[in-house]
Formats: sequence, C-alpha cells, structure tokens
Amino acid sequence: MDFSIGEDRQMLADTLRRFLSNEADWEKRLKVIETEPGFDRETWRSMAELGVLGALFGEEAGGFGGTAFDVAAVFGEVGRSIATGPWLATLMAGRLLAAAGESDALGAVIAGDKVVTWAHLPAHDSDSGEEHDVTASQDGDGWTLTGAKGVVDYLGAADLVVVTAGERAFLVEADAAGVARAGYKMVDGGSGGELRLSNTPARELSGVGAEDIAAAEAMGVVALAWEGVAVMDQLRDQTLEYMRTRKQFGVPIGKFQALQHRMATLALEIEQARSAAINVAARFDSAERAKSVAAAKYTLARVGSLAAEEAIQIHGGIGMTWELPLSHYAKRMVMLGHVLGDEDEHLARYIELMREGD
Amino acid sequence: MNLDYTAEEEAFREEVRAFLRDKLPKRLSDKVRQGKNLTKADMEEWHAILNEKGWLAPHWPEKYGGTGWSVMQKFIFETEAAEAHAPRIIPFGLSMLAPVLIKYGTEEQRQHYLPRILDGTDWWCQGYSEPGAGSDLASLKTSAVREGDHYVVNGQKTWTTLGQHADWIFCLVRTDNTGKKQEGISFLLIDMKSPGIEVRPIKLLDGDYEVNEVFFTDVKVPVENLVGEENKGWTYAKYLLTYERTNIAGVGASMAALDELKRIARTTKRNGKLLIEDPLFAQRLARLEIDLENMKTTNLRVLDAAGKGGAPVAESSMLKIRGTEIRQQIGDLMRRAAGRYAQPFVEESFEEGYNGAPIGPQWSGTTSSEYFNMRKLSIFGGSNEVQREIITKAILEL
Repeated sequence: MDFSIGEDRQMLADTLRRFLSNEADWEKRLKVIETEPGFDRETWRSMAELGVLGALFGEEAGGFGGTAFDVAAVFGEVGRSIATGPWLATLMAGRLLAAAGESDALGAVIAGDKVVTWAHLPAHDSDSGEEHDVTASQDGDGWTLTGAKGVVDYLGAADLVVVTAGERAFLVEADAAGVARAGYKMVDGGSGGELRLSNTPARELSGVGAEDIAAAEAMGVVALAWEGVAVMDQLRDQTLEYMRTRKQFGVPIGKFQALQHRMATLALEIEQARSAAINVAARFDSAERAKSVAAAKYTLARVGSLAAEEAIQIHGGIGMTWELPLSHYAKRMVMLGHVLGDEDEHLARYIELMREGD
Repeated sequence: MNLDYTAEEEAFREEVRAFLRDKLPKRLSDKVRQGKNLTKADMEEWHAILNEKGWLAPHWPEKYGGTGWSVMQKFIFETEAAEAHAPRIIPFGLSMLAPVLIKYGTEEQRQHYLPRILDGTDWWCQGYSEPGAGSDLASLKTSAVREGDHYVVNGQKTWTTLGQHADWIFCLVRTDNTGKKQEGISFLLIDMKSPGIEVRPIKLLDGDYEVNEVFFTDVKVPVENLVGEENKGWTYAKYLLTYERTNIAGVGASMAALDELKRIARTTKRNGKLLIEDPLFAQRLARLEIDLENMKTTNLRVLDAAGKGGAPVAESSMLKIRGTEIRQQIGDLMRRAAGRYAQPFVEESFEEGYNGAPIGPQWSGTTSSEYFNMRKLSIFGGSNEVQREIITKAILEL
C-alpha cells in the first residue's frame, strides 16, 4: 500500500502550480473569462511548451505519462487554481486520437499548436425537445457526418473536433464544410458550444470502438475526481480562513458550534471524496474500474455540491458576490457534477453494476 | 499510489483466514451472524482460542504477550475476524485498561494484572460514566477519600457494559475538589467483590441486559490499586483516545453486515419483486456500499499515516463518526428489508437453541432489536458530536 503520488508526478504538479500562479493569476482569470474563448491561447501554448500535456498520454502516443495518477497530478492543479482552458477536452479527445494512432494530430495538440475538443453527447433541440445526435454515412472511401452535439467544451476555440457517432469516432476539421458552431460562455468560466454538422467530411479514427470511448470517459472521471477534490480543499480552506477572521456578535464566527459541526462534517465528507478519487485511479486497470468510476463521480457530485453550498452559506452575503474568488470555486465545483454524467446517472449505473456483480 | 497489500501482508491475511477457518467454532460465528445473544461463556471461549494462538492482545508490547504486528497487520486481523463473524474481543481489559497499565502502571501491577487479563482470570469493566457525567465526563463525582492505606469510595457509575460478568472495575474517581475539575481525578482499580458494591442491570430498549448501574457505598480500596499518580487520572483516561485505534471505524464488521444485507436483498421478495430490484431500496443500498468503499480507503490512509509514526487523533474521530453512521445505516436497511416482519418481538428467539416456529424471513427476528441497539454506536466512546468538537479543534483549528 502506498499513498504518495510519486516524486516525478509531484515535480510536474509543482511546475504546473508555479506556472498557473504566475501566468494565470486571479486578475488575469477574471479578464479572460469575459472573452469569447474563455481562456488565453498564448498562456495555453506556453503551458504546453512546458510539456505538461504530455503527462496525459503514454510514450507510444508521444507523451510521457498517461496513467491514471499522471492525469490525477495534472488535474489536481487545474482544480487548485480553477484554471480555464480545454484541459478535459484535450484529455478526452487526445485519448481517442492516441487509441487510433493519430500521432500527427495528437503531437500538434501536445505541443499547444492546435486545440482539440471532443463532441460526444447529443444536442437538445430547443424546438422539438428531442435529443439530436450525429450519424455517420460512408461516402466512397471516406465518411460524412450529419447531426448535432450539445455543450461541447471550448468548441469555438477548437481547430479539431473528435466526434462520436454510435460506437465510432471521427476527426473533423473545425473549418470543414457543413460545420456550424454556436458558442457561449460557461457558468464556471471557459466556453462551450452547440455543434451542427451537415454532410461534413470526417476521418474515421481507425480501430476506435465503444471500449475506447468508455475508457476515455473513465479517464475523464479520474480527472474530474481529482480536480474536484482540489476544488473542495480550496472551498474548505477559504471558508475556514473566513471563519477565523470574520467577527459577528463580538467573536469570530468560527467559535459558533452550529458552524463548527457543519464544517467538521464537510471535512469528513471531503476525505471520503478524496478516497473515492484514489480508488478510481488505483483501480483504473482492474476489473473494478466501472464500479469505481460510478462511485467516484457520484461521490464527487454529492460532496461537491455540499461543499459549494456550505461554503457560500457560511460566508453569508459576501459568498454571493462575483468579487470573491470563493464564488468562482463554488461554481466550478457544482459544474463538475454536470460533466460526463451527473450524480443520479452514476448512481443508477452503480446500481446496475451492483445488481449484476459479486 | 496503490491500494494493494504487500506480499507479506497478503501472506499474513491468508494465515489469519486459515486460522479462522480452523479455529473459529461455527456455533459462535452462526450466533454472531444471526445477531443472537452471546453468553459470557461464548465470549470467554473465543478469548481462550485467541490466547492459545497468542493473538488475543495485538496492541500490547511483545514482552507482555502482544503480537508485534504492524498497524496494517492489526487492521487485517480485525477485518478478517469481523468478516468471518468472529465474536468481538471484549475491549475493557485488553484494549482499555492494559494500555494504561503498560504506560502508567507499576511493574508489579503489570506483572499481576496483565497475565490475568490474557488467561481470562479477571473480567474487567469500565467505570467512567455517571448519571451526571456523560459527554462532560470530567464533571464526575464518585469520590475516593484516602484513609490510611485505603481509599473509601462513594458514588455511582452507570452504563457499565457487561458489568454483570466483571470481577474488576477500573474507575475514574474524584480525589480532589479544589482546582480544575480535570485535575482532581484519579484512576483506581476496584475488586467487584468488595463489600459496598451493588450492580443493578439496566434493561435497554431492545430488551437486552448489556449495561448496568454500579453503586459504591463506603467501598474500601487498597492504595496500591491506584494507577499512576493521584489526581492524574484524566491524563490516563485521555491516553486511551490517542492510543492507536485501528478498528474504530469497524470496517470489517460493516463489510460483513453489508454482505449479509446484499444476500438478503437478492433473495427476499416484497410485492412479488426482489428487494435488489426495488429502485428505492437499491438506491439506499448502493449509496451505503459506496460510502463504505470510500471509508475503507479513508481508514487505510489513516493507518498508513499512523504506521509512519503519526498520531492521528482527529482522523480517528472522522473514522468513528462515519464508521458508526455506516454501521447504523446497515442496521436501518436490515430493518427496512424485513418490512412488516420487523415488528414481531420474540425475545426467546435471540437465544441459542430456540426451537419455536419461525416467523417470517429467517433473519428478520433480530433486525429491529439490532437497529435500536445500534443507536448506541453514535453515543458511546465519545458521542459523534464530541468527535466533531475534536475535529473542530485539532483539524479545523477554529
């Protein structure tokens, strides 16, 4: 048994932490989230030049990491600074590019020259209320895609889009024929968009199937779990600091038992969430992967919203303001619960596995 | 980072499993699994089996009969034993008094009492709580007044678990009233056969006799039965809190109970449908299993830190809170699984050898009593609210 993240990973995390605090400080974040892409492309490129993105992929794919704990080390830092940028999109799309041996495209992504995102879940059609997905048609030697995908990370900034259709995945150039992108800002900073494709030429990611897509999603949950725990740590620590300094009725509010016990419960729950994050990473290559993915995402969403809500409540009015970093952490925390399946979806999945298993 | 046991730990686990397979009497494990009442003889039988193997006192130093196990080995032993439905080791002499004697007692006291704890000569009980001193234990009033070579003890202890079986009681008594309440407490060993001691059983809400009131009227206790120094008893009592409590979360017991609950959910029908197929029951079960799985890792993290020399007091508080909550929730689900059959109260059926006609599901008879009995878990050993106070001070630093 070993609960240390490892020296090399810790060095990588420290490097990324320093970079983010120097090059993507709070003032800069406030400005950048008002821009259309929601992140600074130049900063992203310099970060990539440090080699950070290579940690998300194995050596055979041109990276130098690629294990669950490598991913964990990077996303812990993303959470600590609630960085914006296509972190998760790069991980998810990149894992599929890697599975297909698309080394040129992935190389450009790892180097920061190209931004990639992944479009997986269907779009909700506002008029009909139906979900619209993408279908693929064979067109001679190649393929064309038609349909829609919803809430695609950093769609407006992407040069490349990995699009799933059924059990297949395709690579689409963002400026290809028939691509329509409607972008928007996201609640927790950054940007997203609705993707429409109409007879858009696409290259199939050869050899990629349902299992690869599921594996990429599982790795996405590892990333979210570790990002989430880092956000929770910030929410807890910022709230404790406030409790030590904010005075009401002549004493720091941290002296009130009603608040102390709520924070003790929250601290305990955060440790449970950290254990869930450790479990999902440690069991990534085992038969228990599916169960620990569902458990981790459910726990992240459940404890995450508790952390966000308690942090705002205990801060009182100031916790409601845009000015206070805490509110941005709370927004990131709750939004992480909505990515790659929410609390209820993952609990339902867990129940299915529980019924089948052991 | 990895969650696997080392090869040595894995081999140790196999050794423990083999021992439990060979030596744990089925009669005892059946009683534990079915929630039946254990007699004094049952508990002594299991202690004797462990003692013969040399595994009764894993927390003691080897020179007094301990095992020399690592923190992780102790956890493995405790977890495997619980999963095999072994009776729990009665903690009062082995895990509560002995560490205090080993740290603060005289060598004479150690030589006299420790072997008698191991071989079962002395059954110990704990005299801490009083009617007016529960969570606020330091306000205890039972007094011990020095008269020559004796203390004269007067007062009342309560919630004395299994005191009806005890030969001896270790007591916190007041020896000084003048200063801070924590600074006038002493730690005294009292023979339960002393004149002036009266034990009265307390019937609990589940119908069981598990705890007692103990009354002291002019009880003479030789001064050599004082542990450590007079008025330093609070320090010794608190030492137990910092003493490593690898099993405080009761992970093994909860895992065993959850397995049983899942077996029931897969085989019990309500309204024509298996409980595991019922979406609401399944959801409660799944939430619980996830929480327990997380707890297991949280527990291992704390043990890992303890094994590296930390003294994780406040982390133990977290384990106590969530561990007991999980155990209570499993009991809650057992009761719910029984449905209407949670209601019949046939006390005789809790005893071994009951031959009456079964009522409802075979396992349902004890579920409500167990559920109510388990309310104690969040009350004793420092209530879960007291544990939150400890977390507040030691971790949150508020």
